[in-house]
Amino acid sequence: MRALLLRDLRLALRAGGGFGLGLAFFLILAVLVPLGVGPEPDTLALIAPGILWVGALLACLLSLDRIFALDFEDGSLDLLATAPVPLEAVVSIKALAHWITTGLPLVLVSPVLGLLLFLPAEAYGWLILSLLLGTPALSVIGSFGAALTVGLKRGGLLLSLLVLPLYIPTLVFGAEVVSRGTQGLTVGTPLALLAGITAGAVALLPFASALVLRINLR
Amino acid sequence: MTLHVHDLTCARGGLPVLEGVSFTLAPGEALILRGPNGCGKTTLLRTIAGLQPSIAGEIEAPSDSIAYAAHADGIKAVLSVTENLQFWAETFGTASVEAAIDQMNLRALATRPAQTLSAGQKRRLGLARLLVTGRPIWALDEPTVSLDTDSVALFAGVVRAHLEQGGMALIATHINLGLPEAHVLDLSAYKARLPEEGAGGFDEAFL
Repeated sequence: MRALLLRDLRLALRAGGGFGLGLAFFLILAVLVPLGVGPEPDTLALIAPGILWVGALLACLLSLDRIFALDFEDGSLDLLATAPVPLEAVVSIKALAHWITTGLPLVLVSPVLGLLLFLPAEAYGWLILSLLLGTPALSVIGSFGAALTVGLKRGGLLLSLLVLPLYIPTLVFGAEVVSRGTQGLTVGTPLALLAGITAGAVALLPFASALVLRINLR
Repeated sequence: MTLHVHDLTCARGGLPVLEGVSFTLAPGEALILRGPNGCGKTTLLRTIAGLQPSIAGEIEAPSDSIAYAAHADGIKAVLSVTENLQFWAETFGTASVEAAIDQMNLRALATRPAQTLSAGQKRRLGLARLLVTGRPIWALDEPTVSLDTDSVALFAGVVRAHLEQGGMALIATHINLGLPEAHVLDLSAYKARLPEEGAGGFDEAFL
């Protein structure tokens, strides 16, 4: 299990691993929005939480199809399925590796990009907290979508269409936490729902993903 | 510890390709599977390896005893030969990759990234993985593809050493491996009759 996590991280970090892809996309989006919307601080501050959350979500989506497709193509997935490691654990570890290489860097750079979008000072804490709670759900839900489409050539479009509706609750509650927190309102409800979605996804979806992987490997 | 297959029927894409396959493999024995392309050699091996369910019949083998090697070797191009093997050794819970590197004649390539290997060298790396799994039953699907004659002889020696240690091997191949002691099973005798139209039912089309 540890070996699989280390291998996935190593593969992501080496040349051609696609580590910087999501991060670069997030960066480009946050730089381009002020250019497109105009430089008024008030407007930007208003839309900043939503833009940052949408950016993080799309950046996650960009690298989803790599989770299983590469291992499927070179035969590693067949071999992992016959290894003495439960497939549910393989799925969870690969989702964790995806989060460490995609979600976590997004959380870490989000304050810097908040600066570009004139995010109000009191929002930074809520932004980091909501992304930290929400992005694991994006990786786990995404790994389920990737497992569903693993046998398909060019399955990226279908994957996006399958996964996007499942991402919407996380996006809604995540952005809600930041905007309510910024206005000094209570954030208990959206925060609890955001954490609940993540906890539920992490607990249940690996079983579903492992099941559809077994069917796709037949 | 034996592999016992009894009256097995297996399917590809919802259609049975083989039926009534029975054989027993005792420690130290090898079985060569022969038959024309598409007769179901890969399907049989995948079914025995547990990657797909059988339609009927029984496969009796101790749990976690089968090492499967397919057409694809599961090699990561950016990892070195040693790193590739190390990963599988840790996944299967065995200790050392050094013996496997020496046995498959990969010592000179040990630090090279796998993407710089030739097709035959990649194959040798894929076969070295079998040695680090530490499992007694090898299920091999055309293991000698792209190997030169020297490497085929090397591989036959590795299989023989595995058998002498009480291992078993199930090998689908078209060439003469140089294992005269191995039994041969011709799968064309077990070809399944196609089911009548619509017998699979409506759901079958979606599975």
